[in-house]
Amino acid sequence: MATVIIPTPLRKFTNNTARLNVKAGNVQDIVNDLSFNFPDLKKHLLDENGKIRSFVNVFVGDDDIRDLQNEHTSVKDDSVISIVPAIAGGNL
Amino acid sequence: MLNVEQTPLDDMIGDAVKTFPDECCGFLFGKEESNSRTVTKIQVVNNAKEGDKRRRFVISAKDYLKAEQFAEENDLQLIGVYHSHPNHPAIPSEHDRVAAQPFFSYIILSVINNEFDHIRSWQLNEQQQFEEENIIVQQLN
Repeated sequence: MATVIIPTPLRKFTNNTARLNVKAGNVQDIVNDLSFNFPDLKKHLLDENGKIRSFVNVFVGDDDIRDLQNEHTSVKDDSVISIVPAIAGGNL
Repeated sequence: MLNVEQTPLDDMIGDAVKTFPDECCGFLFGKEESNSRTVTKIQVVNNAKEGDKRRRFVISAKDYLKAEQFAEENDLQLIGVYHSHPNHPAIPSEHDRVAAQPFFSYIILSVINNEFDHIRSWQLNEQQQFEEENIIVQQLN
């Protein structure tokens, strides 16, 4: 099963679990699995259209899925998927 | 309430002044115990914003992943982010709020005319609005 690394700010929605094993063929399967098993996590992952929020980055290994096939990016049993919150701001 | 040890406080102020008039940014590490959290270390991070950095900061995904790894390897918790507001008060903007994550503490340092002015810390509530958390500076003996 693929390994999904949950970032610190979202772990309170996964019972403080940092790593999850998910059976998945692509990134969309992982998003569906996380949304089903951790409903409170869903609003932090997906926008109102069910797409991955613009402030959430997903990496398969070292690669951003936006540089691959987005949600259709395939994953294997030995894949490591990192959910990475975008960190940004400013004074205006 | 957010406890901040003297050394990381000095490090943040030093980074904010040195980076003026641009915005600085970095990560907060420490410990979380029941209802209190303590910042024991910070990590200065490059402001990856392209173009004008006086009103914006961005931390790259790679730097974020390194910070998570650093916390795990050093038995620390990644508890938030700091950044500066050059020539502006330490109050989060709408841009800060929209991009903010739950759980994290967001420390903002105000630097006015190249001198540190004040520091405040904020955390998102359940309604996705910022609430201030009081900073207590911990002196180490």
